[in-house]
Amino acid sequence: MFVELNNLLNTTPDRAEQGKLTLLCDAKTDGSFLVHHFLSFYLKANCKVCFVALIQSFSHYSIVGQKLGVSLTMARERGQLVFLEGLKSAVDVVFQAQKEPHPLQFLREANAGNLKPLFEFVREALKPVDSGEARWTYPVLLVDDLSVLLSLGMGAVAVLDFIHYCRATVCWELKASILYLMQGNMVVLVHDSGDAEDEENDILLNGLSHQSHLILRAEGLATGFCRDVHGQLRILWRRPSQPAVHRDQSFTYQYKIQDKSVSFFAKGMSPAVL
Amino acid sequence: MLDSLLALGGLVLLRDSVEWEGRSLLKALVKKSALCGEQVHILGCEVSEEEFREGFDSDINNRLVYHDFFRDPLNWSKTEEAFPGGPLGALRAMCKRTDPVPVTIALDSLSWLLLRLPCTTLCQVLHAVSHQDSCPGDSSSVGKVSVLGLLHEELHGPGPVGALSSLAQTEVTLGGTMGQASAHILCRRPRQRPTDQTQWFSILPDFSLDLQEGPSVESQPYSDPHIPPVSKNAKVDPTTHLTFNLHLSKKEREARDSLILPFQFSSEKQQALLRPRPGQATSHIFYEPDAYDDLDQEDPDDDLDI
Repeated sequence: MFVELNNLLNTTPDRAEQGKLTLLCDAKTDGSFLVHHFLSFYLKANCKVCFVALIQSFSHYSIVGQKLGVSLTMARERGQLVFLEGLKSAVDVVFQAQKEPHPLQFLREANAGNLKPLFEFVREALKPVDSGEARWTYPVLLVDDLSVLLSLGMGAVAVLDFIHYCRATVCWELKASILYLMQGNMVVLVHDSGDAEDEENDILLNGLSHQSHLILRAEGLATGFCRDVHGQLRILWRRPSQPAVHRDQSFTYQYKIQDKSVSFFAKGMSPAVL
Repeated sequence: MLDSLLALGGLVLLRDSVEWEGRSLLKALVKKSALCGEQVHILGCEVSEEEFREGFDSDINNRLVYHDFFRDPLNWSKTEEAFPGGPLGALRAMCKRTDPVPVTIALDSLSWLLLRLPCTTLCQVLHAVSHQDSCPGDSSSVGKVSVLGLLHEELHGPGPVGALSSLAQTEVTLGGTMGQASAHILCRRPRQRPTDQTQWFSILPDFSLDLQEGPSVESQPYSDPHIPPVSKNAKVDPTTHLTFNLHLSKKEREARDSLILPFQFSSEKQQALLRPRPGQATSHIFYEPDAYDDLDQEDPDDDLDI
């Protein structure tokens, strides 16, 4: 969790907004530091987190998490974190006979139309457990990242449907027996292909942008690589519940990633150039 | 004009983008319709019913007939709660009404439907729904139908958008500048020229429309005092105030087209060079040498062997 980013977003783990979809997007740079930020943020906020990690292994996130002050291993052991390690379970799908559908079942099927097994996995993971007291504040779904699903053969509309169902469940579901409004949050990462004309990716990115409440866009600098400024971050708030209170606002900051934190500054105000 | 959008009936396209979202305008128009006593149906596919109804007071909420296709549009929960036939079935059912009451159908969103249904089917159903009141025979009994479709421009190619645009009676494209939203309204009345107009507006917290004048010229940043302020609706023509002429008249264009390039060696040029025209040697040079001139009659190139 990067404290400076919390300040920019005007949020803390104690009083984060619920029922929101946050879209992380990166163009010409690596936006995974945002994923690590939100993972540690929601673990510190005592939320039940379902992390669909399709890009890196568990140990990668765990090592970065330790630098940010959370222990993923312990969170997984006490049931706070449900981790789908895409890289490992993809192998299971292909080489082991599964009786019930595996979340990554679409890898096996030639014409997998939809991501329903993955959605079922998420729903099971975030279902409130009927124990006496509520241990976790609210559920959170984190996906890293969605563009890889397009590369694995799913269509953009199938991925949008998956996110639609996740939103309907995580952000808005009413459980049948107990009237329990699971106002959870979702954070998804999509890569922006930029100049490479990837129509499916553009449909996915634009479709998600329209559904998101907050868009964080990490872009590389237009002038190229720089040692002191690693990129710029555009923050766009959309869909405020009260229109005209803060009409879609957009801010841009530049950032530098350090070992355990990320420092943000206004454009052109990097300490290295002042 | 923005507040009389629904008076015409037919299909009204609300084209929005990521930066300028259109759902608040859709809700404002829905509220206006409901307050006018029309029957209002909402086909909710993109946001949940709670989120759509948020901001409306209970009076409005009671008048809205909400068809929820957000919770389980593809029937993944297999509970058969969803309307059979999905959103398309619900739209088709609305084609068969016989009420004299005017009705407004809000599609939230048309983009959602267009991504999942074939464009031709969707266009046919939209045409059938929005033109119910103009079909011969029963025209007196069926009230005016307005269909409000929210379309996210970036999601579709020019083909489907063009098809929907040709079906629409009115197209509202949302944009804006400096935090102020604007709507460019293109209106196609039958047997009249299409009219277009840009209206600046804002939506108040209770979803009523507030029409505005637009950002004042003085508040534009970086305005150069040497350039006269441009009126809001005029487009700046960069070819005015130039010191050179960028346009060609017809005669000039013909002359340019018939010009032979100077270094193009055509047969005429060859003949002209071989046979000098008579009267060519009509120019003489008169030279008065002064004291410092060294006139040497010898040809310096004499020793060259050409």
